[in-house]
Amino acid sequence: MRIGFLHSLIRREEKLLINEFSRQDDVELVMIDDRKLIFEMGQNGLQLDVLIERSINHSRAMHALILFESNGIRCVNKSQVALTCGDKLLTSKALQEHGVPQPPVSIAFTEDSALEAIEKMGYPVVIKPAVGSWGRLLAKINDRDAAEALLEHKTILGSYHHSIFYIQKYVEKKGRDIRAFVVGDECIAAIYRESPHWITNTARGGRAVNCPVTDELADISLKAAAAVGGGIVAIDVFESENGLLVNEVNYTMEFKNSIETTGVNIPAKIVNYVVKVGRGEME
Amino acid sequence: MSKTAECPVCGAEIKLADDAVQGELLTCDECGSELEVTSLDPPQLDEAPQEEEDWGQ
Repeated sequence: MRIGFLHSLIRREEKLLINEFSRQDDVELVMIDDRKLIFEMGQNGLQLDVLIERSINHSRAMHALILFESNGIRCVNKSQVALTCGDKLLTSKALQEHGVPQPPVSIAFTEDSALEAIEKMGYPVVIKPAVGSWGRLLAKINDRDAAEALLEHKTILGSYHHSIFYIQKYVEKKGRDIRAFVVGDECIAAIYRESPHWITNTARGGRAVNCPVTDELADISLKAAAAVGGGIVAIDVFESENGLLVNEVNYTMEFKNSIETTGVNIPAKIVNYVVKVGRGEME
Repeated sequence: MSKTAECPVCGAEIKLADDAVQGELLTCDECGSELEVTSLDPPQLDEAPQEEEDWGQ
């Protein structure tokens, strides 16, 4: 079986996956560096049974997946999943349409309407770029003064996509949130991300601690995964007074801090899934 | 035999792992710079790209 491995930089996660693929019989891994990729429309130079996407850039990943799929190559994840998860607005829309609980979210397109939406929602709120990761440019707004200042700064200094105002009600997290890992139809593991800071991303210093996968956590994680189109995804979950709420869904999951923490061989689970897709045993 | 390459920042000699791959990130033990393996034959290291706006999850 020929498996395409779309990447740019090879991080610890990609190295673990490459090593895991090398243990598989009958797998030829075709490394595809997105920085060198030239895609000639209508030409299918690569005969692949399946492609796994591990690019670090969202925009390259999403567009490359669209192009590979247009040539009939099965991709993990699908381009539709990348499109949905890469944009918080589209993720919230998908969660809403599938009845998956999430914090209250408002969208506005101008400074004035965004301020009105924030005042209506009630402080504190969090404003996020619709496209963005690793906790970059998140802003927690505690009062009107901060809201006015931030909205003006974003409007004047930000590029156009910072004027799509994604406003989420702040959820008191008590120092932690949950990241649950879904592979196909199984929630394979989860971690608590603990931090004294309200941003808990491990890329921002959050500490990973094992989190038991309860029926409730597995249920909401699998529903969130299905809402965005399935595959291999990581679900960020808040524990609120009203139960679990899905914050975000990630489609090129990072897991290097979660293997020893959970005791689950996450790369092996991913590789097994990709091979099954390549064999046509899974969608 | 293990391959070695020079750190482009501080000049330290860095030993590449036997299973090193092109594109792999590593850190120079001497100066702490984040580096990318840009070639295996001959072994070559460059400074890793800076984080971009659409990086990560």
